[in-house]
Amino acid sequence: MESRFTRGKSPLLERPLGRPRGEVSLSAFALLFCELVQYCQRRVYSVAELQSKLAQLGHQVGLRLLDPLVSRERGGRRETKVLSILLFVKGPVWRALFGKEADKLEQANDDDKTFYVIEREPLVNTFISVPRENSTLNCAAFTAGLVEAVLGASGFPAKVTAHWHKGTTLMIKFEEGVIARDKSLEGR
Amino acid sequence: NSELFTLTYGALVTQLCKDYENDEDVNKQLDKMGYNIGVRLIEDFLARSNVGRCHDFRETADVIAKIAFKMYLGITPSITNWSPGGDEFSLILENNPLVDFVELPDNHSTLIYSNLLCGVLRGALEMVQMAVDVKFVQDTLKGDSVTEIRMKFIRRIEDNLPAGEEITTQ
Repeated sequence: MESRFTRGKSPLLERPLGRPRGEVSLSAFALLFCELVQYCQRRVYSVAELQSKLAQLGHQVGLRLLDPLVSRERGGRRETKVLSILLFVKGPVWRALFGKEADKLEQANDDDKTFYVIEREPLVNTFISVPRENSTLNCAAFTAGLVEAVLGASGFPAKVTAHWHKGTTLMIKFEEGVIARDKSLEGR
Repeated sequence: NSELFTLTYGALVTQLCKDYENDEDVNKQLDKMGYNIGVRLIEDFLARSNVGRCHDFRETADVIAKIAFKMYLGITPSITNWSPGGDEFSLILENNPLVDFVELPDNHSTLIYSNLLCGVLRGALEMVQMAVDVKFVQDTLKGDSVTEIRMKFIRRIEDNLPAGEEITTQ
């Protein structure tokens, strides 16, 4: 196996996770994100593939964001209930990423596994215009991947997809086991 | 938010490393992507900062370090090491937001992780008629104490009027 690991050259792992040092401008992120989307676009042949590539990248980011966020916002205590992890995503996670809370959190009427996080103007879609032939493309697929990683790594495996609905909606569908576990917790 | 930015950049570099087999190609790709970003960034910069035309390379250097870097990345690099002819200088970055939380593994020791920045600077300056050569001289990821980018002025790009639109006097 090739050596992917550094031999502990830098003191990086000993650094405290503290508050992030500075803000980066919106344009800087938007330009970087646009370039990222264009790069992916050149390498795939369909919209679905592009969305899944974006989701993969979002996934990578989400995995790495979870630890610092949990340790900062919740003092290192992990959520154990579905509702509280969802509120965590809507509030602190969104605020840390985008500077504001998500607009709405809703539960599907007919299905207790499905929830919706609604955002009228998602940050990742600023400066991105979608041509008509790709009208199903939503770059919030990146955010969907991010949220999926956050939920999954917190012990709430789910599938998250992005849709055009009241702005942009992230549809979160938890796995069976998660809801069953949550119900049994409440029963106690 | 700077963490999101740093992690997104990290995801991009990781993806590039997977897609291309060797570091040289990744470096080139980062430079190209940076160039594309730079070309668009300069318009945004000029619109937001109201800075007039720079009269010489020194002024350009100041504007880049004190205004542009601050505006986009929230850091202010220092300018040093002017060459005697005044056409080359170094930007010293004490901390680079692109590399927070990043370590370079041994099998990617020739990767210039922040090469996107070189492309951005090159692309942006080309749009204001300056051809420059930008490269990293020191990199904290490789064990140096600071990150140093060397910028060299090559020439002023003449405006090339597209064929058929030359101004003729009758």
